[in-house]
Amino acid sequence: MLSIPAAQPCLTRFNLSSVEATPAIRKTALNAVHRQMGAKMVEFNGWDMPVEYPASIGGGIINEHMAVRTGVGIFDVSHMGDIRLAGPQALSAVQHISMNDASRLAIGQAQYSALLYPEGTFVDDVIVHRLGEQEYLLVINAGTREKDFSWVRDNTRQFDCTVENLSDDFTQIAIQGPKGVNLLQKLTDADLSAVKFYWVTRGRLCGLNNILMGRTGYTAEDGFETYIPSDETTSARVWNEILAAGKEFGAVPCGLGARNTLRLEGKLPLYGHEISDTINVWEAGLDRFCKMEKAEFVGRVALDQVKAAGVRRSLVGLEMTERGIARDGYKVLDCGGREIGYVTSGSPSPFLKKNIALAYVPVEFTAVGTGVKVEIRGQGVGAVVVPTPFYKRPKKAA
Amino acid sequence: MAYPTDRKYTKEHEWIQVNGNTAMVGITDYAQESLGDIVFVETPKVGTQLIAGKTFGTVESVKAVSDLFAPASGTVTEVNATLATAPENVNKDPHGSWMVKLTLKDPSELDSLLSPADYEKFVAEEAGH
Repeated sequence: MLSIPAAQPCLTRFNLSSVEATPAIRKTALNAVHRQMGAKMVEFNGWDMPVEYPASIGGGIINEHMAVRTGVGIFDVSHMGDIRLAGPQALSAVQHISMNDASRLAIGQAQYSALLYPEGTFVDDVIVHRLGEQEYLLVINAGTREKDFSWVRDNTRQFDCTVENLSDDFTQIAIQGPKGVNLLQKLTDADLSAVKFYWVTRGRLCGLNNILMGRTGYTAEDGFETYIPSDETTSARVWNEILAAGKEFGAVPCGLGARNTLRLEGKLPLYGHEISDTINVWEAGLDRFCKMEKAEFVGRVALDQVKAAGVRRSLVGLEMTERGIARDGYKVLDCGGREIGYVTSGSPSPFLKKNIALAYVPVEFTAVGTGVKVEIRGQGVGAVVVPTPFYKRPKKAA
Repeated sequence: MAYPTDRKYTKEHEWIQVNGNTAMVGITDYAQESLGDIVFVETPKVGTQLIAGKTFGTVESVKAVSDLFAPASGTVTEVNATLATAPENVNKDPHGSWMVKLTLKDPSELDSLLSPADYEKFVAEEAGH
């Protein structure tokens, strides 16, 4: 197998994974359901996850991707982590470790943010939800569950609040796409029309009480993420009820393959690719989520210094202009063939029907329209810097 | 799945169908199933010398890049032009979608390839059934 993209869930050459996962690998409560449905499984950051479902049930990366863009797709994202901070100084604790300004959050509101190292680089990206007067929920990445929890606990000891790792308590099912709200409304008594994007609510869902549902996601579409009890029986029942309720909207189960192509089109970062512990906030272009007007947060001092010294490289969007697919880790060259940067994430774009990529290049190469090359199997293949995000969901009619 | 009996197979999941001294090469149903949606096929130019067992191109799905290995040695005489515009045909009809045609250098190389029955057995073992 040539060029297996690093850190990307990937099939080894022609290796259909219907074999049992190794004992050390972790499984969500829905693992047996995915396997029963015939999903192709892959290891992702220590988790045995579906990458795509069979064509016979409407699956396949392209079908799943398009279902989310035009109707609705259902994802098991239980591998993600959940950290709850609660108590009199919960807000102060969050403000200390999170770069965005959580004091702006009303109860029931959420925001995208990141946890930073003192160097201004990324521990992880996160969605901060304000669930109560003194209660916050951080939803974090699968691969960084333990690292994040240790980081949060160790960096908030001085604050009067509890820090709990609730990651194993929830099965998290995402319902994503323009019809997602219609699907979920069939199953809940909560009035979803009252829930704006990046707000949450609680209600009865599939007969379960007080279920947290957030209008959030990682697909650049409207949609919800639901948090239900993580026992296998409940998880399977709810998963199947969601799929059944979604039939009229063309709902299909979706795996990590489509999850990646969807978030890439929307320029949503993936930890270990666009953001990492060697990349800072300015390089990653996440300025608008970083509130430097906050008096203090971990990483703030370094970010000031980095900005003063001058940011040298930046994340850009690329579109291939010659035949070829840019993939994670491929080198970016200038038109003279000199190496200038690298691809963080690259893939065919099912919706745009182009081959796209995100890449770090020196700031002098970041103007839209700049021609570059991507090295594919030893050859420089033409690409151009394009505006991002590559895809923006259409505004709903007023 | 019963694999067509009019050809031979490799452990790299290519098939080769011979007509006199010319042969057609493609990938099997097992290969396209494993790859998922095929979006890109890179093939050699007409006139290229293929060497049995060596790579002669790549087939890419959304998620993966995979080498194509030559089942036999010879000279490429024709490349399937529809691969550039409709690579998904390989998923829909893998055994009917030839990728390259070649004049064989040494037809006896085919003797060491897998028969349809042996390939089916091989695939069953690979899939862990």
